[in-house]
Amino acid sequence: MADPMLLINDLHKNFGGLIVTDGVTLHIGQGELHAVIGPNGAGKTTLINQISGLIAPTAGTINLNGVDITGMPADQRAALGLARSFQITSVLPGFSALENVALAVQAHSGTSYRFFGRADRDQAINEAANSALAEVGLAERGQIVAAHLSHGEKRALELAIALAMGPKLLLLDEPMAGAGREESERIIDVLRQLKGRFAMLLVEHDMNAVFALADRISVLTYGRILASGAPDAVRTDPQVVAAYLGEEME
Amino acid sequence: MGRTTVAASSAMPARQTNRVEALPAAIFLVLALIPAAALIGPESYVLGLFTRVMIFAIAALTLDFICGYGGLVSFGHAAFVGIGAYAAGILGAHGITDMLVTLPAALLVSAIFAYLTGTVCLRTKSVYFIMITLAFGQMAYFIAGSLAPYGGDDGLTVRLRSTLFGFQVLQNDRALYYVVLLSLLGSYLLCRSVVYSRFGRVFRGARENSMRMATIGFDVFRYQRVGYVISGTIGGLSGFLLANAAEFVSPAYMSWQRSGELIIMVLFGGLGTLHGAIIGAAAYLLIEEVLGGFTEQWKLIFGPLLVIVVLFARGGLLGLAGSIRGRLNRG
Repeated sequence: MADPMLLINDLHKNFGGLIVTDGVTLHIGQGELHAVIGPNGAGKTTLINQISGLIAPTAGTINLNGVDITGMPADQRAALGLARSFQITSVLPGFSALENVALAVQAHSGTSYRFFGRADRDQAINEAANSALAEVGLAERGQIVAAHLSHGEKRALELAIALAMGPKLLLLDEPMAGAGREESERIIDVLRQLKGRFAMLLVEHDMNAVFALADRISVLTYGRILASGAPDAVRTDPQVVAAYLGEEME
Repeated sequence: MGRTTVAASSAMPARQTNRVEALPAAIFLVLALIPAAALIGPESYVLGLFTRVMIFAIAALTLDFICGYGGLVSFGHAAFVGIGAYAAGILGAHGITDMLVTLPAALLVSAIFAYLTGTVCLRTKSVYFIMITLAFGQMAYFIAGSLAPYGGDDGLTVRLRSTLFGFQVLQNDRALYYVVLLSLLGSYLLCRSVVYSRFGRVFRGARENSMRMATIGFDVFRYQRVGYVISGTIGGLSGFLLANAAEFVSPAYMSWQRSGELIIMVLFGGLGTLHGAIIGAAAYLLIEEVLGGFTEQWKLIFGPLLVIVVLFARGGLLGLAGSIRGRLNRG
């Protein structure tokens, strides 16, 4: 059996006296889609920020594909194959959709300390960027400035940026947040097609999406993993029903 | 709405490059023809004035590079001008005037200063970055003022312009003019190339969203520092040329007022366009020359003018020209 793609061991994070991550241990296998659900304020985004390197944990370790990345800066984690999307859309607003994705391709193909020659005429980069855009349904929107895309399109663009990085592990922080019904369905379709190609950690409030996509689910409350297991087991876990799913699953 | 408009306009340079080619070409054509036109007027005055314009255009250009494309508003950019000038001046005081030595020395010292101060400045953002670049600029200013062997506050006369293999190639004002013109052209083409290169894409991306750039896999700090060094090194070139043109170097070249003037030139011409910085430098110095002829208090007139340009033409003079053209085309 291969190493797990992500191995989080006894992770703690305190902001002063506030405990946000309280001994989280979690592993995600190769190609697994692992969902993390939990009420608002449970520490889901903080967990993702620690995995992607934007926040340093107080204690504990994070392993990516056998490499200890606990103290590594975000850009080096990205170079190891860690990609993420943000809950609050985070793209380069003044760049075209194509250029947003092209930068992600560029980051992983050769040096960027090149000062001559136009980057936007690099065919290999543009082709890779266009195919990532096509995968999320933005093939026709490449030339649009990101700030002018609709909200749903920006969500899709985030996904395209992550795909273009050729990830080994993709962290998805509420990829459907704020998207309409139709847009959510489209994103679920895209994720379903991506499933198995690389490991994913999905934080999402849309339970339809979570139960449709996840191989395993962990429930996070007050910074702690309450339960972890196959969707059916989690759905019927009495603790989970009491703490979180209760009213929603009626 | 406001936000999307700003984002759209900041993206324009990246998309419009092929269409605005004509304007930079026209600028350089005019600059190339000025020595000929000067023959019918007070030649040395006109040559001297436009040599100055082009030297400050180089400095403004490099500021526009980090400011307009990198989002790094430096309030200490005049330090590079001063350092380049002092490198030429100090070596000249020791009898070393060959530009095969003095020019590389000026560029190297500027690059080192940019690297060291950039390492500190670039740890900070926005208004803190402005303040800390200002602090380093003032530090350079006071150090220059304390160089007693080299004139201290009074500055230092450059007795002999730079030579090449012992020949006094810059002694003629006309020759100096063309050397400065070629330096400006070279600096412009280099900055332009960098802006649209792979490196430039990362550098521009860091201004847009540095956290995104980090999670994509770029060590933003290192890229910004390289950009800062490029800008500072070419800024040193302008100082080297200034020492030759003015035949004098002084701590005043590095004062914070000078840094402020460079920012005004960039804003006045149009931020994030490169050739706008050339127009801005020309406009600023020519307005100073003309208004200064009438009154000591020329800034009383220039101040409101700047306010009007910044308020009503956010893209500077270039933006103003663009919107007037747009209106004419429509109706």
